[in-house]
Amino acid sequence: MPTGRIPEGPGCHQPVIELSDVSFVYERRPIIEHLHFTVRERDFALLAGPNGAGKTTLLKLIVGLLEPNGGEVRLFGEPAQRFRQRERIGYVPQKNAFNPLFPATVREVVLSGMYGRHKLFRRLTKADYQKVDDAMQALGIEDLAGKRIGMLSGGQQQRVFLARALVNSPALLILDEPTVGIDAETQDSFYHLIRHMHQHHNITFLMVSHDRERFRSYLDDAPAAEAGRLKFYVRHSHDREDCVETDLTHSLREYRRAAEEPALVR
Amino acid sequence: MDFFQRALIGGALIAAAGPLLGLFLVLRRLSMIGDTLSHVSVAGVAAGYLLGLGSPAAGGMAAALLATLAIERLRKAYKTYAELSIAIMMAGGIALASLLFSLDRGFGVNITSYLFGSIYTLDTADLIWIAAVTILVLAAVLLQYKEWFLMTFDEDAAAVGGLPTRTLNLIMSVLTALVISVSIKIVGALLVSALLTIPAACGLLAARSFRQSVLLAVGIAEAAVLAGLLAAGYWNLAPGGTVVLLLIAVLLAQLVIKRRLSL
Repeated sequence: MPTGRIPEGPGCHQPVIELSDVSFVYERRPIIEHLHFTVRERDFALLAGPNGAGKTTLLKLIVGLLEPNGGEVRLFGEPAQRFRQRERIGYVPQKNAFNPLFPATVREVVLSGMYGRHKLFRRLTKADYQKVDDAMQALGIEDLAGKRIGMLSGGQQQRVFLARALVNSPALLILDEPTVGIDAETQDSFYHLIRHMHQHHNITFLMVSHDRERFRSYLDDAPAAEAGRLKFYVRHSHDREDCVETDLTHSLREYRRAAEEPALVR
Repeated sequence: MDFFQRALIGGALIAAAGPLLGLFLVLRRLSMIGDTLSHVSVAGVAAGYLLGLGSPAAGGMAAALLATLAIERLRKAYKTYAELSIAIMMAGGIALASLLFSLDRGFGVNITSYLFGSIYTLDTADLIWIAAVTILVLAAVLLQYKEWFLMTFDEDAAAVGGLPTRTLNLIMSVLTALVISVSIKIVGALLVSALLTIPAACGLLAARSFRQSVLLAVGIAEAAVLAGLLAAGYWNLAPGGTVVLLLIAVLLAQLVIKRRLSL
């Protein structure tokens, strides 16, 4: 069982997300009040709470899309609203957050993971396209590259969004209710993959979910922080003390081979 | 250059610019904006005549730009009432236009030409405006294709990725207003929205990728505009109506073919 103890000394423990006395009011109703919480490198943090508790609002505060009414939010040590290195963040949205009639192919969607601030008005390079292919291969969706995303199953779509989030090898991966509307077996394999990534790579995870039960054995029992009906649960990783990154996509391919996952062409 | 050549050139230019923007509008569920802007633009033209502006079309453009900024604010600030406000703006635009035109200070202008278009009266100045707007749209799409794609597909991801979504939205809105106001003389205020949205619908039906849908939308629009203008010229039909009916025919044919193929 994870102990929740953060080791002292140098190593991989820099703060990634810092919430200091954060408060947020919406239409004169306090949504979040005096929230203190820090997510450090290689933590796996779960933001849990029922629908309407303010999870999406807090997520927007964390990524700097909203300004708190009180307190401060920092990303990688910088104020969230002024944080510029956006390619360090990978974002996996809720499944139903996109228009299924959008005529984009899987490759076009994964490629869009490159379309951030750092590529504004810049052409993509050959290396960029290679990263896209690598990400698709790592998640077993390379055979779906030419298919329209609206035609895939829920589980396949989530792999596409995960591949999109991974193209820039992000340091922070944010997943917003990633498996709503997906069958239990597919959820299991998705979370198995996420846990593998967390255990073997220098990635910090923030997952938003109303389903805490699934993570009960993986995370500390007691919430690390609370604000109203919102609760943070966390698991700290102590396996590696350094923050040297290994090849994520290579490792994921090996993981898939070991798990004997069939290619996702259902 | 005779009037028909000017009509063909103007039509060909707009057939590129209109669907490019129209595709993004349709995917962002803003198809109604075309109608609203065109209706308000006619009111602007009428006001331009009344105020004795050298170029009433400038009045139309100004009105369209103001309306697009207002719509953009409404869309963000009053999500619940945005659709209603846009509908009211549209009705108000045409009501005001008909009122202003009826004041008839001797412009010698028929409101019908603004409602249904008067492509055969395009002069060189008009063509220059149309060409300038088309170049702006093409440049914007080429330079910002990636950003517009992401903003349209997943605006949240675009924001998380640090894209200046407000500025990009503004650019898209302003270009829409410009395209609409220069298109009014070509197909008329009542039909300009069709020129933006129907080719986009055709592209979305047939395309296997987003890139393909862009190319198809423009290709279909070009074919329909050129064929429509030629047919209208030959059989002495209303050019705007002919072009739009041709577009609808293409869309229906696609639906029928798709149905046959899936059976």
